[in-house]
Amino acid sequence: MYSEKVMDHFEHPRNVGEIENASGVGTVGNAKCGDIMRIYLDIDDNQVIRDCKFKTFGCGAAVATSSMATELVKGKTVTEALAVTNQAVMEALDGLPPVKVHCSLLAEEGIHAALWDYAEKNHIQIEGLSKPKSDISEEEAEEEY
Amino acid sequence: MKKTIYLDNAATTKTAPEVVEAMLPYFTEFYGNASSIYRLGAQSLQAVTAARDVIAASIGADSSEIYFTAGGSEADNWALKAAAEAYRQKGRHIITSKIEHHAVLHTCEYLEKSGFEITYLDVDECGLISPEELEEAIRPDTILISVMFANNEIGTIEPIEEIGRIARAHSVLFHTDAVQAYGQVPIDVDKLNIDMLSASAHKMNGPKGIGFLYIRKGVKIRSFVHGGAQERKRRAGTENVTGIVGFAKAAELSMASMEERIERETGLRDYLIARIEKEIPFSRLNGHRTLRLPNNVNFCFRFIEGESLLIKLDMQGICASSGSACTSGSLDPSHVLLAIGLEHEIAHGSLRLTLGPETTKEELDQTVEALKEIVKQLRGMSPLYEDFIKNKNSELQEESHVQ
Repeated sequence: MYSEKVMDHFEHPRNVGEIENASGVGTVGNAKCGDIMRIYLDIDDNQVIRDCKFKTFGCGAAVATSSMATELVKGKTVTEALAVTNQAVMEALDGLPPVKVHCSLLAEEGIHAALWDYAEKNHIQIEGLSKPKSDISEEEAEEEY
Repeated sequence: MKKTIYLDNAATTKTAPEVVEAMLPYFTEFYGNASSIYRLGAQSLQAVTAARDVIAASIGADSSEIYFTAGGSEADNWALKAAAEAYRQKGRHIITSKIEHHAVLHTCEYLEKSGFEITYLDVDECGLISPEELEEAIRPDTILISVMFANNEIGTIEPIEEIGRIARAHSVLFHTDAVQAYGQVPIDVDKLNIDMLSASAHKMNGPKGIGFLYIRKGVKIRSFVHGGAQERKRRAGTENVTGIVGFAKAAELSMASMEERIERETGLRDYLIARIEKEIPFSRLNGHRTLRLPNNVNFCFRFIEGESLLIKLDMQGICASSGSACTSGSLDPSHVLLAIGLEHEIAHGSLRLTLGPETTKEELDQTVEALKEIVKQLRGMSPLYEDFIKNKNSELQEESHVQ
């Protein structure tokens, strides 16, 4: 069901943990749907992401997308990090099963939420960043049977 | 890859070697159509008849009351749809429970669309329906009560005898989905006043694709599949002779070993429950402690999600299942876990381990060791656990300040 890359990031997740006094922290998702991600960012004075950590409650894909998203934004500027889309996360993982696409959206949203927190704390505006939604859920079309 | 530890016997079971052996000649040697006139056909018919006798005897029924189907879901569909159709002149009200298998629940939803009214009984925190509530729900236009014998997820055994007594007293038909219970616990349809019963072979070391519906003599039930005269004209289609022979062999084996198996599996089950409860913090047993299938163990582990748990177990060769949303393809966790009152977030972290005749204590020990490690790992990366620990610590600090 999952690609080898997804399994690798699930089995050996990169950047699991917390950052004390982080520059920005974002928590997205909700327990009702079974996915919660928390992203910690450590950002230096030049707006470069020095470190990034995560904690995730969720399925294999949720863990793998969090892990990959942290890898992708590490070392980038906040503007560059903002440009990391869920599509990029999915591609880096060699794809996700269709029912798990929302996990990659959650990862993107998690990064955005942490950046938003950073911007608020520092009273700055990051161009193109809007206040993140607090949770993500997909409406599923009920099939007739 | 480590040796497989199979703890998902409620999903399906390994076909017993004796069952395979009994089936084989009916693929290659006695392959005749049971409806054919020549001897080759008659041999198949004979095998089907003998199998029907074995199955009937296993639940205290008459052979003419056993109708072979393609499995448990078909039997459930047939029982509900055909009873609804046959008794719609009497009324259009059906009573069932909130924790039925989807084969019953989705059939009920289908019937609702064609004008039937369904009462879904609540269950308590152990998954038991209340016979008093059932009796109160019965109306003059109630035609059918369908309550499962034992639940497939949490293993709770429903008060079938009381339900049967109530149904009989009110002259309402009683159907039970016994897919998980048949072959695991003794069932006597007369003693329990059961009018219809669904069962499946592959849950008790028989082959897949064969089940039966027991229909008590006198119950008006129409054909489910129209065509030939098979199954007393109620379910057309050439008999699945190999499946039927295999089912009967599995029934014979499970009836012969039942008492000893119940004792052994109950012992292993309670051993596993005790170890998990003692050694894994923040775990919760789901289902009833004693009114429970001998082979079912179901736990919730707080702060973690079921699918992650299953993948990690699979990496160690352990097969199990979960009621998490991620394993069902929807966003909602199991309807059974929600019905017993669990919060969504806790229901997502459920694990079902179901034992079989080959399960050993060593396998369970290995499973507990693996579980302890995995649960610790997953909690270590769970934001819910992080919050819980932080809250607990700040509460402790506040307390020490007060002192």
